[in-house]
Amino acid sequence: MALSGSYSEITKSDKYSILLPTYNERENLPIIIWLIIKYLDNSDFDYEVIIIDDGSPDGTLEVAKQLQKLYGSNKIVLRPREKKLGLGTAYIHGMQHATGNFIIIMDSDLSHHPKYIPKFIELQKKHDYDLVSGTRYKDGGGVYGWDFKRKLISRGANFITQLLLRPRASDLTGSFRLYKKDILQKLIDSCVSKGYVFQMEMIIRARQLDYTIGEVPISFVDRVYGESKLGGSEIVQFAKALLYLFATT
Amino acid sequence: MTKLLEWISVTSAVLAVWYSLVGGYVKHKFIEDNMNLILFSPIIFVVLFGLYAVTVVLYRTFTFNDCKDEAEKLMAEIEEAKKDLQDKGLRW
Repeated sequence: MALSGSYSEITKSDKYSILLPTYNERENLPIIIWLIIKYLDNSDFDYEVIIIDDGSPDGTLEVAKQLQKLYGSNKIVLRPREKKLGLGTAYIHGMQHATGNFIIIMDSDLSHHPKYIPKFIELQKKHDYDLVSGTRYKDGGGVYGWDFKRKLISRGANFITQLLLRPRASDLTGSFRLYKKDILQKLIDSCVSKGYVFQMEMIIRARQLDYTIGEVPISFVDRVYGESKLGGSEIVQFAKALLYLFATT
Repeated sequence: MTKLLEWISVTSAVLAVWYSLVGGYVKHKFIEDNMNLILFSPIIFVVLFGLYAVTVVLYRTFTFNDCKDEAEKLMAEIEEAKKDLQDKGLRW
């Protein structure tokens, strides 16, 4: 009895800080916030959303202020920066102001649906995982809005990465994840890459440091607004990061 | 040990065994009878693995789950969100 009592006290004090880095997401931001509120207010989890806007010229911050007024400053926290400074530093910046002991990172372009957040949390609690990653590649996960070429590149890159790095996670370049706060801090400290391959390095470092990883299948609906990005330079970046991690981890 | 070193050590161990057979360091009737096969076995292995890789990648590409339902549900939720936020006085 005493044990279960203290366990529920611990879980009660858990708090989840959702980091939302934004750049020109004026259209999407109100909707992603609305969805987060909808799915997390239905659960009992304590949470906050930290919006890190990198000086978007389209007025994302102005919309964020309206949302803060609407939903309250205990739920919506604004931590803008002057200019675009990259994803890794956005997470560090957001984390410095996070009051939760867990950090959730996700994209704000609606490709990551907030309805999966309670699933991430439940899976983490059940197994005490150090991190939980969304996966597009396993049991019921998937994508929408990708043509054959995009799918082929994605599957090919995933096959080669699994072969060379054996990462114990099926989705390396995805960025919908839940971390214990101190674990995320250590991972960011040990990462060297920039840009989108940063996500891949994070999960490889997690394997290297023997952290436990859980996976939740997600449906990835590719950019409802705006255009999707996968060009030659992304592929070169990916190949470089893959070889770097192959030789050093 | 890094993944690169793991690959180098396993590959060199396998190639050492192969070389000892091809170079005639190990003598056995079976080896002599199948010398051609043994000689080309690394190439055969690489080709077979390549075929396996291509098959797996193509299979996974064709069976990549298209979340059409999820996309439609999201669209409906976006409309609902827009309406609700407008009713609450948000202008953007």
